[in-house]
Amino acid sequence: MVNATINGKAVQVPENTTILEAAKLNHITIPHLCYLKKVNEIGACRVCVVEIEGLDRLVSSCNTIVQEGMKIITNSPKVRQARRVNVELILSQHNARCAECVRSGNCELQTTANDLGINTFPYHEDIPAFEWNEKFPLIRNDSKCIKCMRCVQVCDKIQQMNVWDIAKSGSRTTVGVTGGKDITEVNCTVCGQCITHCPVGALTVRDDTQKVRDAFARGDKIMIASVAPAVRTSWGEKLGLTHEEASQNRLAAALRAVGFDYVFDTDFSADLTIMEEASEFVAKLKNAKNEKFPMFTSCCPGWVRFIKMEFPDLVPQLSSAKSPQQMFGAIIKTWYAQILGVEADKIYHVSFMPCTAKKYECDVDCMNSSGARDIDVVLTVRELDRLIKSEGIDVKSLEECEFDAPLGTASGAGHIFGTTGGVMEAALRTAYKLVTGENPDPNAFRCVRDYDGFKEATFEIAGTKLRIAVAHGLGNIRKLCEDIQSGKAQYDFVEMMACPTGCAGGGGQPISEGEELGEGRGRILLDLDKKMNLRFSHENPSIIQCYKEYLGEPLGEKSHHLLHTDQSKWELWK
Amino acid sequence: MSRLSIMNETKAQAAVESLHKDLERRVTGAPPDVCPLDIASSYLKVCAAQTCGKCVPCRVGLPQMERLIDDLIDGRGDMNTVAEIQKTAETVSASADCAIGYEAANMVLNGLKGFRDDYEAHAKKHHCAAEGFRAVPCVTLCPAHVDIPGYIALVNAGRYADAVRLIRKDNPFPSVCAMVCEHPCENKCRRRMVDDAINIRGLKLYAIDNAGHVPVYREGEKAAPATGKKVAIIGGGPSGITAAYYLGMMGHSVEIFEQRKRLGGMLRYGIPSYRLPREVLHEEIETLLTAGDIKVHKEVSIGGADYPLKKLRDEFDAVYIAIGAHTDKSLKIPGEDAEGVMSAVELLRRIGDDDYPDFRGKKVVVVGGGNVAMDCARSSLRLNADKVTLAYRRRKDDMTALAEEVEATEVEGCEILELAAPLKVEVEDGKAKALWVKQQMISNIKGGRPAPKDATAEPIRIEADIVVVAIGQGIDSYNFEQSGIAVKWGCIQALASEEVENMPGVFSGGDCVSGPATVIRAIAAGKVAAANIDEYLGFHHPITLPVEIPDPVPHNRPACGRVKMRERPIDQRIHDFKLVEKGMTQEEMEQESNRCLRCDYYGFGKFREGREVKW
Repeated sequence: MVNATINGKAVQVPENTTILEAAKLNHITIPHLCYLKKVNEIGACRVCVVEIEGLDRLVSSCNTIVQEGMKIITNSPKVRQARRVNVELILSQHNARCAECVRSGNCELQTTANDLGINTFPYHEDIPAFEWNEKFPLIRNDSKCIKCMRCVQVCDKIQQMNVWDIAKSGSRTTVGVTGGKDITEVNCTVCGQCITHCPVGALTVRDDTQKVRDAFARGDKIMIASVAPAVRTSWGEKLGLTHEEASQNRLAAALRAVGFDYVFDTDFSADLTIMEEASEFVAKLKNAKNEKFPMFTSCCPGWVRFIKMEFPDLVPQLSSAKSPQQMFGAIIKTWYAQILGVEADKIYHVSFMPCTAKKYECDVDCMNSSGARDIDVVLTVRELDRLIKSEGIDVKSLEECEFDAPLGTASGAGHIFGTTGGVMEAALRTAYKLVTGENPDPNAFRCVRDYDGFKEATFEIAGTKLRIAVAHGLGNIRKLCEDIQSGKAQYDFVEMMACPTGCAGGGGQPISEGEELGEGRGRILLDLDKKMNLRFSHENPSIIQCYKEYLGEPLGEKSHHLLHTDQSKWELWK
Repeated sequence: MSRLSIMNETKAQAAVESLHKDLERRVTGAPPDVCPLDIASSYLKVCAAQTCGKCVPCRVGLPQMERLIDDLIDGRGDMNTVAEIQKTAETVSASADCAIGYEAANMVLNGLKGFRDDYEAHAKKHHCAAEGFRAVPCVTLCPAHVDIPGYIALVNAGRYADAVRLIRKDNPFPSVCAMVCEHPCENKCRRRMVDDAINIRGLKLYAIDNAGHVPVYREGEKAAPATGKKVAIIGGGPSGITAAYYLGMMGHSVEIFEQRKRLGGMLRYGIPSYRLPREVLHEEIETLLTAGDIKVHKEVSIGGADYPLKKLRDEFDAVYIAIGAHTDKSLKIPGEDAEGVMSAVELLRRIGDDDYPDFRGKKVVVVGGGNVAMDCARSSLRLNADKVTLAYRRRKDDMTALAEEVEATEVEGCEILELAAPLKVEVEDGKAKALWVKQQMISNIKGGRPAPKDATAEPIRIEADIVVVAIGQGIDSYNFEQSGIAVKWGCIQALASEEVENMPGVFSGGDCVSGPATVIRAIAAGKVAAANIDEYLGFHHPITLPVEIPDPVPHNRPACGRVKMRERPIDQRIHDFKLVEKGMTQEEMEQESNRCLRCDYYGFGKFREGREVKW
């Protein structure tokens, strides 16, 4: 332990603690903008500066380690002035039309400026122009960028895609797409991690809420909402709801209040994905001699973009199963349209996702096997919250209600799709049944859960040894792909999720400064699964009904047409 | 009423003068990779502030050019803008009334020529030709990109052996370079913005003086597994040994072919031992040869009929030619063939082989103004010459030798005769008697250097029993040219990757490619060769950071003078070939290493980890 004083108070902190963290441990807040723990400790904004007795100059608290006997002052006149001036300087280059910014109310710059009581402005404004391809799901608005470099670091260090880099030089230095290229020309997976780590509104997802409002306004379509697993873990975070209040049934109620005619659960189609993917895997095992292993999961479009761009040789090893979103799109506009007695194009299907890459996926050309666009629009959780807010709905007071039948019924296996290891665990539960004819212990495969980034395990099913691996975060994924490609690692089945912790930490999730909420959200899903009686996708009565009434059997002709795809044919951008 | 008053500097004038000094230091310490257009534009702003305001081209032209350049930087310009700048600059250069205007315009014109690529890139693509990567200045300027802030931090922490290990990651010769490196790293040291560059070489010397013997490998470490590939290296100088060292670490079998009796190249046969003691050189080379499977063949000449290059190429998987620049250049004046006239190469080579000539009772004239000339002059003093004179065509200020070398030569008792061009050697009985020199006067600047021209004054006679010609070295590249390697002006032609074109697997670098240069450039060439030969052989063995670098602890860094190296007293040192320089004391080391601004951490450093952790 190290002894120091902060504002005269004696403190003791572990060795190698930064001043910022030490202050936090002692309930002293030091404002900061660029700091992102372990990822971006570069002291660029100089807002977190503090005074150290005996030193002439201020130091950045985010990357200065507390030394024995250090006397730290976080609020001297010198510090106050520097903090204020530096925030004012940042504001001079920031488009501060907060009222029209999606990050208003959840913006570090706004909060810091407000907290410091900045209400006059001494500098010339020098705000760069907003120039971007606004069709792309990921939007960068240079007029709001505060050059904190977090996006560069997240993309370099965690996702290892190096999409962002420093652009220009001298006082014109800013962030731009690496090599000065257009975002569509680099290997952006649209994972959205840069968005969720941006302290301001410089990086956002393309806002598609108006498309949905327009569809409601036209009033000529049956409006259907579907909700991905991880959405239910997070949708209430920015609506002032507790975890208990933000239940999936209250979410269903909120979507009905928004005006949707039917509210379905994407977890149903996660079960459907498992039926197809597990069957595909078992079929491959039976034909092992002629197959290449591992088989990769394919439900994460960020991962699909990644493998297409970075490891094209491995693309044939992707499961041909579409993602739950796209299966759902196809099923709703075929089977459910049949149930409703309408044509596919009479339905407007809004898919609520914790994901930014889903916006890309739903627009892939071949995602029209129902005869119409299988999914009409994808909204992230942040857009969902905005939609709810803009409708003036008091979510807290809403009566909880169930999802609609039959596409609102899901198993615990479907729920855990939204967290790392979940797809693998769900698939193994069903694969076991397919191979042995019996259900395994539903907890038999729980050891694939892990939040560290990579996990491998070996299971035996009916005498066959299965080597499986699970990775999340593209940096971890890259390493695993390299090991697989070089033959250093050998597996039969591998789950990949582009975002750290899986969809729970997705790029479309609500943004909470300084917090990584993915793991906690993931555990909500694991808990949901644990509490359910229905824990096997193949036992979901709606799934049984769907195959019986419409699809026939997994990997059958109809399934092949509606539920499978050839990812090698997906265009990366139009 | 008084008619006149004496001029006293006002407080404001003094402050402005000090600003000028600050700016001067700042310009000297400018980061090496900023946008050249941005620099051009900001210099124009300075120039425009200086205009007296009378004449149109200067008063209006300078700010207009600045704006046009800004248009380019901000992406508002195109090739017409470039043309407009050119036209304006030509006009200001031609029509401004005084130097404030026309010299400013000339700066713009020089830029338009010098960094044309950047102008065009800004005009066409709206960004610089090469994006600056905001590197650490000292590391960037070191040809071998040694992790300087890293080893300064280690020296500061008392971890001298780790400092040696860290240096060896990029440069296997820390001891040699601690003594003789020309330290280009110091040229743009950011500390210059505060006061003066860090004495980087001095801190390195402190590290090696205190590290003890540092083996190549720590316990448990060894070379990469044998690859079964064989690499031949022609030339056992700094470049060849560097390549051998890294290739050995990578697991390749290396054989060095050295023409002379001993390894070291110019380190032994060019640099006298009062600058680089033989035992230091010997120990360093012996240590490096333990890096892997490295064999040495001495007194073998490659490229001639005995051992043609083709034969060597057939026997090995790759070849690195690093033969250096060891041939003489002659003055081409009458009497040059007289006894007593010798080349610098000849003199230093004899000394290198421990065959010390005796100049007792003799008068020596050294011709030249480079570091080698200084080495010859100072060696002659140590060989007990009666008098040593150095004759140089230009002025002392124009010498290519390091200023400290010139100073040392002079204080040791050598007379420097400036503006003296050799005319003829006066010969008596076949022996040199005197060197006649034509007096010169300094004239116009050509290629950035003031050129001398013949003065009308009468030639001067300098008595001389020995004339040492130190006017540069050539490269013994004839045999290689005969073997099909492209040679231009005597230099072997190789790409930046050091590959020899149309000869797969043959690489070349160091002095024999660049012409006579510095030790550190030769070492850098060896490092590049090792990396590219490894790739050529189908491998990718990374050389990685061997130690952890301590983060800096914040402390005050007041402006502070630079610690200079001490030297042995003149009367003692001029009688032997023992090391002249003395290292820093511990307290000097502590102060000097604390002056380091740790650009690997502060500023941009922390953003990109501050260093290349592997190559």
